[in-house]
Amino acid sequence: MVKAGLSVPLALLMTFTVFAGSAQLAALPLMAVGAPIWVIWATAFCVNLRFVIFSAQWRPFFMRFPLKQRLLLGYISADLSYVLFMKRYQTPSADEAVGQVEYFLGGTTLNWCAWQIPSVIGILLADRIPTDWGLGFAGVLALLGLIYSLLSDKATALAAVVAGAAAVAAFALPFRLHIVVAIAAAVCVGLMIDGSGGAGRRVRDVLLRAGGRSSGEQTSQRAVSA
Amino acid sequence: MNDLEAVVTILGLAVITVVTRSFFFISSRELVLPDWVQRGLRFAPLAALAAVVVPEIVMTQGQLIGTWQDARLFAVVAATAYFFWKRGILGTIVCGMAVLIPLKLGLGW
Repeated sequence: MVKAGLSVPLALLMTFTVFAGSAQLAALPLMAVGAPIWVIWATAFCVNLRFVIFSAQWRPFFMRFPLKQRLLLGYISADLSYVLFMKRYQTPSADEAVGQVEYFLGGTTLNWCAWQIPSVIGILLADRIPTDWGLGFAGVLALLGLIYSLLSDKATALAAVVAGAAAVAAFALPFRLHIVVAIAAAVCVGLMIDGSGGAGRRVRDVLLRAGGRSSGEQTSQRAVSA
Repeated sequence: MNDLEAVVTILGLAVITVVTRSFFFISSRELVLPDWVQRGLRFAPLAALAAVVVPEIVMTQGQLIGTWQDARLFAVVAATAYFFWKRGILGTIVCGMAVLIPLKLGLGW
């Protein structure tokens, strides 16, 4: 974060408030080049969309708490706590003795500390690490590993390839809009090849109704759905 | 980006983090998304990450690189191989950097 041009206090603010590694890694290069704030937020929102999906599964476990506590539970939940928790408890239990939320809190508290301590060390030591070693690339490799771990089938793999290619092809767009283009392209292609095809037809209808604005994309979508 | 803008950006990111993570348990009303939206959402995080990562690997200053003598390409191959062998993200980073740093410092790629 400090290498991306943030001052130490700002970097500390970011690590403690924005508890989301992948969103931070995606947002920092954008902040460094001075992208518009809404693009940075939109990118972070998209990177965080997986948590939206997770939250639907958290809902039955958390609804018995008041809103403020639910938001706090949301803030500390993370990929790892989701995976471990859902493996251990399939159904919510009203019985306090089962200790589901205690299990969640234990895991997430440890996870929060394990994340924040190295973060703070990194922020404070940033100036002592030379840039020409290319250590910044470690962030790219971290995201790459995260991408690989999200690949679950051929549809997601193809969507990732499409997003990468679209991002490179549209890179010259202003305001880092190539990221938005890439997400739109990947979601369309994903829907085209995923499931019964009903969803794909609906997306194609919407696009056709929108007129010939993106005729090239429609052609490729027809090719995919045929 | 000045400090005030950075603070606004960061606080906005914090709000986004909490809202996305709590999305379906903020409202006490049951909220059901259409099936195709749910399936579409599955691809969005992956796409956003790929859109950030791929240009960082194959582009330099907005141009597609025209040479294979780029340390990043070899680092990515090594990292990919490690990931599909052991499935660990930390090892993926270490392995990629172990290839990147010698190439960068030794050969200047």
